[in-house]
Amino acid sequence: MALAVQRLATRRGIECDLLCAGDGPDLVFFHGAGGVSPNDPLLQTLAQTFRVHAPTWPGFGEDQTETAIEDMLDFTLHGWDLIDALKLARPPLIVGHSMGAMIAAEMASVARHDLQQLVLLTPAGMWIDAEPTPDLFAMLPFEMAQTLFHDPVQGEKLMTGGLDFNDNDALTAFMVSNARRLGTAGKILFPIPNRRLSKRIHRIGVPTLVVGGASDGLVPPSYIELWGESIANCSVVMIAEAGHMVHVEQPQVVADAIVSFAT
Amino acid sequence: MKFVWFNLMPWPDLPDGFRENHRSVWVDIDSKLFDPERANGLYHEYMDQLEFADEMGFDGIGVNEHHQNGYGIMPSPNLIAAALARRTSNAAICVIGNSIALYNPPIRVAEEFAMLDCISGGRLVAGFPVGTPMDTNFAYGQIPALTRDKYDEAHELIIRAWAEDEPFAFDGKYNQLRYVNCWPKPIQRPRPPIYIPGGGSIETWDFCLDHDYNYSYLSFNGHKAGRALLEGYWERVAERGKDESPGRASFAQIICVADNDAQAEELYAEHILYFFNRCLHVHPGFADPPGYRTVNTIKSGKLGGLRKENQELFKTLTWKDLVEGGFVIAGGPDTVREQMEKMIKDLRIGTVFGLFHMGDMPDWKTRFSTQLFAEKVMPSLKNIWPELETDERWWCHPIEDRVRPEYTIESARAMAQAESQTMPAQWT
Repeated sequence: MALAVQRLATRRGIECDLLCAGDGPDLVFFHGAGGVSPNDPLLQTLAQTFRVHAPTWPGFGEDQTETAIEDMLDFTLHGWDLIDALKLARPPLIVGHSMGAMIAAEMASVARHDLQQLVLLTPAGMWIDAEPTPDLFAMLPFEMAQTLFHDPVQGEKLMTGGLDFNDNDALTAFMVSNARRLGTAGKILFPIPNRRLSKRIHRIGVPTLVVGGASDGLVPPSYIELWGESIANCSVVMIAEAGHMVHVEQPQVVADAIVSFAT
Repeated sequence: MKFVWFNLMPWPDLPDGFRENHRSVWVDIDSKLFDPERANGLYHEYMDQLEFADEMGFDGIGVNEHHQNGYGIMPSPNLIAAALARRTSNAAICVIGNSIALYNPPIRVAEEFAMLDCISGGRLVAGFPVGTPMDTNFAYGQIPALTRDKYDEAHELIIRAWAEDEPFAFDGKYNQLRYVNCWPKPIQRPRPPIYIPGGGSIETWDFCLDHDYNYSYLSFNGHKAGRALLEGYWERVAERGKDESPGRASFAQIICVADNDAQAEELYAEHILYFFNRCLHVHPGFADPPGYRTVNTIKSGKLGGLRKENQELFKTLTWKDLVEGGFVIAGGPDTVREQMEKMIKDLRIGTVFGLFHMGDMPDWKTRFSTQLFAEKVMPSLKNIWPELETDERWWCHPIEDRVRPEYTIESARAMAQAESQTMPAQWT
């Protein structure tokens, strides 16, 4: 069942769409550079166990709010502003994917007592000189699908959402939303997706689960291993037949791992 | 009417099969293709051509900035401009320009341009392109979604650095400086004339109109395509209630002059085709990173020149396509004069950036074409816009009593050859 769409506004006056579903302990989901939809299969599954709250980052919805967010600190504090606006009874479980996980890790470093547990799905934010990861911003669509998905053919369909590239209006709308989303993501991912989290990551003080995709071309297993080694009280799960979009390609397996970790 | 002789300074030895075997001429071009010893001769050949253009009476000689690019070996145009300022004294030195968003901090641009203006005696024509994504984002790591904002701040800082007499503090987002105190200052104050090379972003039009800067439409698609875009610009000029001086706009055009039309094809076709087929082979992933172009520009449909669609076109162009499409103005002097006049009037431009050397064109052909143009075409086009005679906003104003470096070189030589050097009496 699709998540409900509500509205959220932070103390700074930044408004956004908020996807909600389910009942149970609070889980806040921070999406990655691909955005999030009410039909997200992972969130729908998690809603069976948790009360899921999934806000949208500036630049990822209709609200023209992305100029308010310029750098890593802006994202990090905006993440906490969003959680404050949810008015939760207790510190939540935070789950982040990719760029959302990069931000969630920063949030957990900065305000180490304001969450219960942390789950990082194929997180961005590390860089290994000996194994540089590909530049998403210089990629053509078919290259992107190959880098991000275990099944690139399916992946490309998902990315373009069945768009007819001959329809000029639809194409323009797609290009505008793509420009806004990846333009915003670029503020912390471009030119190299590293904002020196390694200086702060020692501060993460909650149980953490890092989930990797075995076929992930953007955050390969060596990076997942580095994440696991960098965080105290951390377990690592590697998911087969899944790439960077691990929660889209194997939603049930990922959901099971999160539920088993968190409950 | 001003004519600027402009050389991109391309690498002339990109191999056959370049397009098939290499993914991009720009950003990650194979550095093994660059031969520094070859470059020794090449840089001097190109600089000699620029000085030749000065001798031929061109109003300006032009250089530009590109990084990690096989069609331009001038990552620092200011170095070339300095050499030209030292060896010429007539033509304007047109640096079109410095990509200010990638200079950290941009007071470096204010200082170097001030030096150039002083050395040249006030002959600097300054250019501030926003900078291509290839240069600014991929070669120099600036964040695409913040590039325009960084550019705006750099522009403000440079203009103030030139204009203000007292040191000032600048608390910007990208630049925090306690003591901005540009030393030297340019001869032309508060500022030299400023040209903004643009490739189609509509925000650039308003920026030019806000400040009375010249809008330079730089694309390689030729004047027929240029006309459509410049019509949009002139509509905006009218909407904003600004005067319609042709000095407000300029355009880059590839020009090839021979004794007659057939000879033009014989002499120049292969070199122009080298340029379009090899020099514009840019990996499409570098041409348009998300966030570089504003939403309004995407919606307007006026998209940049090196996107995939255009590149497909460049692959298969013939000489006939190039000439008929207006990519190149080529032929005997009469043909060229006629087409130039039409282009200047249709686009309503007060300055032409003429590209006479292109691709792998040998030196003698470049000079041949340049000289024919200077002698047989340029004179009759000089006074096309009488209103520009009294419109001071768009060109440099050099001091009359300026050093003429070409003479000091000779006098230095003469002094070295003199029999003795006499110490002035007060020192003996």
